[in-house]
Amino acid sequence: MQLLVDIHKQLASYPLEVKFNLEGRVLGILGGSGSGKSMTLRCIAGLETPKRGRIVVNGRVLFDSNKRINLPIRLRRVGIVFQNYALFPHLTVAQNITYGLQDLSSAERQHRLHEQIAKLQLFGLENRYPQQLSGGQQQRVALARALAVEPEILLLDEPFSALDTHLRHHLQEQLIETLSEYQGVTLFVTHNLEEAYEICEQLLVMSQGQAIAYDQKQAIFERPATYTVAQLTGCKNFSKTRAISPTQVEAIDWGCTLNVIEPIPESFAYVGIRAHHLTFTNDPNTENTFSCWLAHTRETPHRMTLYLKLHNPPTQSNDYHMQAEVFKEKWATIKDRPFPWYVKLDSLRLFLMQA
Amino acid sequence: MDWFPYILSLQVTALATVFLLIIGLGLAIFLARVRFPGELVISTVLNLPLVLPPSVVGFHLLLALGRGSPIREWFGIDILFTWQAAAIASAIVALPLIVEAARAAILDVNPELEAAARTLGDSEIKVLWRVTLPLARSGILAGFILAVARALGEFGATLMVAGNIPERTQTLPLAIYDAVQNQEYGKANLMVLVMTFWAFLLLLWARSLEQRRQKRFTEKIIKTKNATVSRHSQTTSQLSPRSEI
Repeated sequence: MQLLVDIHKQLASYPLEVKFNLEGRVLGILGGSGSGKSMTLRCIAGLETPKRGRIVVNGRVLFDSNKRINLPIRLRRVGIVFQNYALFPHLTVAQNITYGLQDLSSAERQHRLHEQIAKLQLFGLENRYPQQLSGGQQQRVALARALAVEPEILLLDEPFSALDTHLRHHLQEQLIETLSEYQGVTLFVTHNLEEAYEICEQLLVMSQGQAIAYDQKQAIFERPATYTVAQLTGCKNFSKTRAISPTQVEAIDWGCTLNVIEPIPESFAYVGIRAHHLTFTNDPNTENTFSCWLAHTRETPHRMTLYLKLHNPPTQSNDYHMQAEVFKEKWATIKDRPFPWYVKLDSLRLFLMQA
Repeated sequence: MDWFPYILSLQVTALATVFLLIIGLGLAIFLARVRFPGELVISTVLNLPLVLPPSVVGFHLLLALGRGSPIREWFGIDILFTWQAAAIASAIVALPLIVEAARAAILDVNPELEAAARTLGDSEIKVLWRVTLPLARSGILAGFILAVARALGEFGATLMVAGNIPERTQTLPLAIYDAVQNQEYGKANLMVLVMTFWAFLLLLWARSLEQRRQKRFTEKIIKTKNATVSRHSQTTSQLSPRSEI
């Protein structure tokens, strides 16, 4: 499976410039709203036309501005699940699923219908209309409709965004299973980090129309190459930094010197660590350990976010250097300890980034 | 009892209906789908019959169909002062009603649905036939009924191009005018009653279709709103993958 995308398009606020060559099966496109991720999908499907570039799937050219190739949407063999599913309201579930199978014999059509009904657990809903289905059922019908035509590329545009939170987990598992049986390339667009991480092997991170990172998901989350990627993947703690020895950097904003394990790259501007990688210790003499005071806290159902000031007590609640995230159980064991606490920035967890 | 105007009116309206369906719907689809320079001018011209006095529309038609016009000189079609001319006059006057309503109904169809149909292998014609027109159906029908009602009641332009020839081109509205002129009030009363009754029925039908469409539209808006709300709640819950501390 191979998908080559290299497109340029002028959008209202910035140019869209995306380039990747996918050799795998499932690629997640992660980015904030308005980052150009949906526009990228629409260009691949042919719903929008890039100004220039190439789109090639398994050697088949869908778009090539130099050769003036722009395959019509209907010949691209690209299936889409739209954000709001775009089910045909005047057709039943069965008619929706078989919509793209008009040219097949009616026996083959029935066969494909039953195959999809079984795969996506839509038994008994064949004669309902989309308005009579729950959100989760609608999503599955949309998926069945797209898969029934056996597309070479499957595009999922925020397929969970119209669903209630409690439904998502279950449907996510179901989607992973469905995708594991699907033979083509899947592109999954989302702004939700957890969704992207759970469903996809590789990630493309987009910001303001640019693809700013493209790698295995583990690499992107553990070693984000730039400040923006780190930020988009949920990193909260950054400090401007400069090298002072082959194994040490000075974290300017945090006012401390840090040991680092990874070889220090030629150019870098920031050091970062994720909030849940900070640990608390009683021993002030371990590596990369600093005294800290609590500026304020934020509470979520299962975790606490602690805003920490290093070296000195904070003067006010927004006077802090970094955020640590701990489970409530851990919080219960540390909250009554006297200040200063000692926070450890594990050298294995630190990463250096470009601006 | 003279049934001729009743029958002629039906005949004229039937022909006008065919004309409205083909030309009106065709123009609506064209205007909704194709962007071209001068689009605004064309749709303004098409709407002129709504505001011009029917006599002016009739005069234009006289020029278009009469001596020296391409239609007459090149194609040898001479229909002035026949019932066919009455049908064309009625249709032209009613045309903006169907064109505007059908165009609005077509543009109202969610473009994502049409996009979905294309990705499922439909050509533009098939998208129109399988998705757009079925979903725009009630809006198109409502406009169509209004247009037919308007065509049925056409008076001024018909008078200009078809005349008011009893037993030949005298439709109901013209016959009513004549009956009143000749003080035959009994005859006029019946014809007025029939015209009013039909117009009422047609408008009622059109209104009820329109109302149903409005209701569906409101439901659609509520649904979209809900979807937007749940998206917002998701944005705030953006999390990074956790690991134990």
